Amino acid sequence: MADHPLLALQGVTKTYGTGDAQMHALAGINLSINPGEFVAVMGPSGSGKSTCMNILGCLDTPSSGEYRFQGVNVGGLTRNQRALLRRHYIGFVFQGFNLLNRTTALENVELPLIYRGMDTATRHRLAKAALDAVGLASRESHTPGELSGGQQQRVAIARAIVTEPALLLADEPTGNLDSKRSVEIMELLTAINRDQGITVVMVTHEPDMADYAKRIISFKDGLIESDQKLKGYLC
Amino acid sequence: MLGNAFLLAFRALRRNAMRSVLTMLGIIIGVAAVIVVVTLGSGATRQVSQQVASLGSNLLMVSVGKRMGPGQVSGAEAFKLADAEALANDVYGLAAVAPVASGSTTAIYANENWSTNVSGTTDAFFSVSNQPVAEGRLFTASEARLGTAVCVIGQTVAAKLFGQQNPLNNRIRLQKLSCEVIGVLKAKGQSTMGTDQDDLVVVPLRTYQRRIAGNQDVNLIKVSVQDGQDTEKVKHEIEGILRTRRHLASTEENNFNVMDMKEIAAMLSSTTQTMTGMLSAVGAVSLLVGGIGIMNIMLVSVTERTREIGIRLAIGALENEVLLQFLVEAVVLSSFGGLIGILLALGTAWGLSGLMQVPFVFQGGIVLTAFLFSAAVGVVFGYFPARKAARLDPIEALRHE
Repeated sequence: MADHPLLALQGVTKTYGTGDAQMHALAGINLSINPGEFVAVMGPSGSGKSTCMNILGCLDTPSSGEYRFQGVNVGGLTRNQRALLRRHYIGFVFQGFNLLNRTTALENVELPLIYRGMDTATRHRLAKAALDAVGLASRESHTPGELSGGQQQRVAIARAIVTEPALLLADEPTGNLDSKRSVEIMELLTAINRDQGITVVMVTHEPDMADYAKRIISFKDGLIESDQKLKGYLC
Repeated sequence: MLGNAFLLAFRALRRNAMRSVLTMLGIIIGVAAVIVVVTLGSGATRQVSQQVASLGSNLLMVSVGKRMGPGQVSGAEAFKLADAEALANDVYGLAAVAPVASGSTTAIYANENWSTNVSGTTDAFFSVSNQPVAEGRLFTASEARLGTAVCVIGQTVAAKLFGQQNPLNNRIRLQKLSCEVIGVLKAKGQSTMGTDQDDLVVVPLRTYQRRIAGNQDVNLIKVSVQDGQDTEKVKHEIEGILRTRRHLASTEENNFNVMDMKEIAAMLSSTTQTMTGMLSAVGAVSLLVGGIGIMNIMLVSVTERTREIGIRLAIGALENEVLLQFLVEAVVLSSFGGLIGILLALGTAWGLSGLMQVPFVFQGGIVLTAFLFSAAVGVVFGYFPARKAARLDPIEALRHE
């Protein structure tokens, strides 16, 4: 497995602006993540971790250097090709849940499947299974407004995993939740990583949450400051 | 992909049901306005042509003075019975000639009185002006010649003077003349000019001249031309004969006027059509405004739904899929609005045509055009906002509050 990392960053930089106003969000990152890892990304704001997440999620491309996703150079893909890559291989969970309002949990979870062009019956079956997996089987016809924060985040996780992606990117998934809900979400992510073998990369500010991961990467000033592997991590 | 776009668009519209309905309102009103106007307009046009047919076919009206209506030249000498006879004898291709002397007179029966138009004419009048009898009989040629005290009345006069009573064989008083009602004419309704064609009393010409007018004048000669004859040619012949009889020098203008009812009909229906056209243009403008309304709402919607679009793009929606979804939303709004507008318009036009006493004429062409136009409005005015949505940067869009 080590021969074929899921994602590999090689000398990746990202700069915004030009001239004096130029800002290096990433100053040259080398990083390799293997399938099945659970990685926590930490660091103060402005350290480049969000930029790195955008690049990992194929929402953005490096200014220089190379990002390979399953061996494919993402920098050489068009906008639509990157969209297709996201559609088929990447699931997103956001701090603010980002569910469609006034739309039921089931329809929210179905959304990525619609873009995959799945027929109605399969779509319903998979979405219901995903909601069941996050423990919300009874809430499928509730809209986000009718759900608590923890429940909304679980719907968002169901939406991210319903397509069985290779990579789940979670951007501060517990940032808007109290500690009890946060623990529930972390346990859910751990279970997804363990049981389904989905690689999870998660940004967090909280060391307690990072402890659920098997590897913690810390960013500072656009560079990786430390890269710790925990809990008998085998590689 | 189109099926998906429809699914996504319908879900999005349902989430904002109220706004969707309000957006459609512009299109609904625009489409309804155009269809109502065109439907009523073509009803009015048909009514005009029906009325023209009811005037009698190939009718020429020969009147004294240069023109009819305002600006009529006064002082021109009236016709005489002999003029009408001359036309009947000398012009080839005439079906009938009816000299008419008429005036406004109060008709009295028992306690009822009614101011109406009394025409003195010959028996030819009824066929020329296409007014058959409903009850009783018409007066005969010999009665007309003799000037007997008989009259035939229109439905309005019958209703005003006699109410539910049978007018036949009763005598009504017209100034000094007391005459027996021998017939009631069939109802004819309003004329093209809006006058009541049933509000009249017809007496023999001689009776009218002697007992009511007290002179030998004839104001109007109604001439019906035989089928297949060139009306224009007949008109010229009539003009020639009358110029000679009225001793007009070649430099003088006609001091009488020959009017072809067909020309008037053509003029009237072209007026109706112009009105319909202008009102349709107003409707079309409101349709356009409705389209701009859709664009406005879609633009607002793109801004408001920036985050949603960001989610879709992050999840893996292609640019074209987002574009198509927003385009379909706009087209669904506009064409559904168009459909409601059509139904509303047909209902309204049906109701109004009853009120305005205009026949209801279903115009499939304009209904189809309005529908296609409303759908096109959606495409045209939906494209810009849709493209704006599709080109959003997912990172920026997700950050949008």
